[in-house]
Amino acid sequence: MSGPSQEVVAPKAPQRIVILGATSAIAEAAARLWAANGARFILAGRNEARLNEIAADLKARGAGETIDWPLDFVTADAGAELGKMVDRLGGLDILLLAYGVLGEQDDLERNPAAAAKMIATNFSSAAAWSLAATAVLEQQRGGTLLVIGSVAGDRGRRSNFIYGATKGGLAHLVEGIAHKLAPLGARAVIIKPGFVETPMTAGIASKGPLWATPESIAPVIIRAGEKGGPIVYAPAFWRGIMLVVRNLPATVFDRINL
Amino acid sequence: MSEAFVSRSDIFSWGRVTRQMQRVATPRFVDQLPALIDAAKESSLLAVGLRRSYGDSCLNELGDLIDMSRLDRIIAFDPLNGILRAEAGVGFSEILQLIVPHGWFLPVTPGTRFVTLGGAIANDIHGKNHHAAGSFGRHVRALGLLRSDRGRLTLTPESDPALFTSTIGGLGLSGIIEWAEISLTKIESAYLEVDTRAFETLDDFWDLAETSAEKFTHTIAWVDGLAHGEGLGRGIFWRANWSPYGFFDAPRDQTRLRVPADAPDFLLSRLSIGAFNTLYHRLQARAGTRLRHYLRFFYPLDTIGDWNRLYGRDGLLQYQCVVPRTAEREAIRTLLETVAADRQASFLAMLKTFGDLPAPGLLSFARAGTTLALDFPNRGEKTRALLARLDAIVADAGGALYPAKDGRMSHSMFRRSFPRWQDLQRDPLMSSDFWRRVAA
Repeated sequence: MSGPSQEVVAPKAPQRIVILGATSAIAEAAARLWAANGARFILAGRNEARLNEIAADLKARGAGETIDWPLDFVTADAGAELGKMVDRLGGLDILLLAYGVLGEQDDLERNPAAAAKMIATNFSSAAAWSLAATAVLEQQRGGTLLVIGSVAGDRGRRSNFIYGATKGGLAHLVEGIAHKLAPLGARAVIIKPGFVETPMTAGIASKGPLWATPESIAPVIIRAGEKGGPIVYAPAFWRGIMLVVRNLPATVFDRINL
Repeated sequence: MSEAFVSRSDIFSWGRVTRQMQRVATPRFVDQLPALIDAAKESSLLAVGLRRSYGDSCLNELGDLIDMSRLDRIIAFDPLNGILRAEAGVGFSEILQLIVPHGWFLPVTPGTRFVTLGGAIANDIHGKNHHAAGSFGRHVRALGLLRSDRGRLTLTPESDPALFTSTIGGLGLSGIIEWAEISLTKIESAYLEVDTRAFETLDDFWDLAETSAEKFTHTIAWVDGLAHGEGLGRGIFWRANWSPYGFFDAPRDQTRLRVPADAPDFLLSRLSIGAFNTLYHRLQARAGTRLRHYLRFFYPLDTIGDWNRLYGRDGLLQYQCVVPRTAEREAIRTLLETVAADRQASFLAMLKTFGDLPAPGLLSFARAGTTLALDFPNRGEKTRALLARLDAIVADAGGALYPAKDGRMSHSMFRRSFPRWQDLQRDPLMSSDFWRRVAA
């Protein structure tokens, strides 16, 4: 074993981070950890007042710079808008895509138009932003795309397969992007949280030992921003659970209410 | 996004005596609060923090609760002048991680860092430095209050003295505290020089308390609640000042040792507590001055997550009273004699002399005199009968009980403790189990 490192470490430039869906609980928890290291942020989301509150908080916690970026992700031109963001920051170290809606499975099944709208948000627009980010990272030959997926994307289940389909599609997309970027020195990671206590899930009263907090997911995101991928479960035990769920034979799976 | 109230069975106060369903909403943004007030219009509402209050002042069975702990953003921090403005749900632990590296500390802190800013104001908490700094409310420069009848208000001690004094120590009954601005205390390191000494009698305690108040910013004593006869009043006295020697380290909260389930009842018996007390007295009795990080000095119990579960399924009853200066020596002796004679074990008996700085709130607990805090495993009627005997001694001495620790005081005891209680400018929508009991 070697002793403490005697190397002189050059101070790192503050990370330039774009967060899409900055008002999400998981994104905010991650941003607080990045802020402590002086990161510079573009905080994009729909609700400007909420972005302001988060920006002030991140500033107090050490963020080098916070720029609110009110935006509707579905209608925006992802390529052009991201170009402006990257110009503003002078480059891109991390893009965290954290927005998404859960929707009520029963309602979505009865109302295909509502389902299509949800898919447009969770998958179509997210894919467009991911591809826009890929172009930037490709050109930079560096940087990381982090996308929040879900364990629900690993296997279609009767309780939430429409939401699951959008997250599954996103996972495949990000996996492919990671494959494409790998030779260039850039990375993409799909982060798959299990059950997380957020406003999205506030209506679910019975929360058991599998439930995590945004604060416990956040360090997983920070680590994914530094290394690893392309698929990261958060917390890590979900990798094992989903391995089992994915491999259950249909005869067994069909009898389980999941 | 769901903003609705959800029925939950996992909401307890720290004493874990009352187990009941609670309807709870957990907003993440202050803009959600008006809608929650509207949704609760038919019943009643109470904003709560991390529920470290022991009894029923943070519960509202017949109405709704707003869990404020997700409204935890810093609004502004001025590291040059030591002024912090933050949402009410921010925890003391998070505040410390932010301000300590800049050379600042909370002006007043209780014995746990897992309380919120709003909760500290609503209970006008006190700490080991009461004789030097007074209660927490004295350091509140301004606060934002949301009332169901008057909307959003910004209060300072001068702008609306009646509503301000109703809110400091107001148990959340004057409206929802949305944010607050506080003055911080300058520190020269994250460490304190702690002087420890054992005392064998109450007279020794009074001597130590008197001689230490001027020279030490922080004082606190532990007394052996089981000792009687000659040993009555034996204990340990800690007194401390901030040290100029040391780093400004403010560690993040690690995954802590956690009590995973309610402990069996025999764990905290008279025998086990008696053995602990004797051992503790002997171990700590090594007098001397040591350098201690603030986590270790102020928050020793925070090391064990959910330590309240050690008291078993029936929970614990806290009893904290203050007796005025003129009657303190006799009253404290009588209280300790009564406890020791009853043979119901108290694990944590803490004794502290308060200073003369007046607390700003109508329902503020801290006042000139001496405070004694005891906790008892809940043994039902037997424990309650003992507490009623203690009430009589406190009432006789002209003292008061602390609502944050209480789940059983009578309304007459409440009225004696807070003679101006009727001046409280309560928000008509706000209520709590505590309030319905003492004000009914």
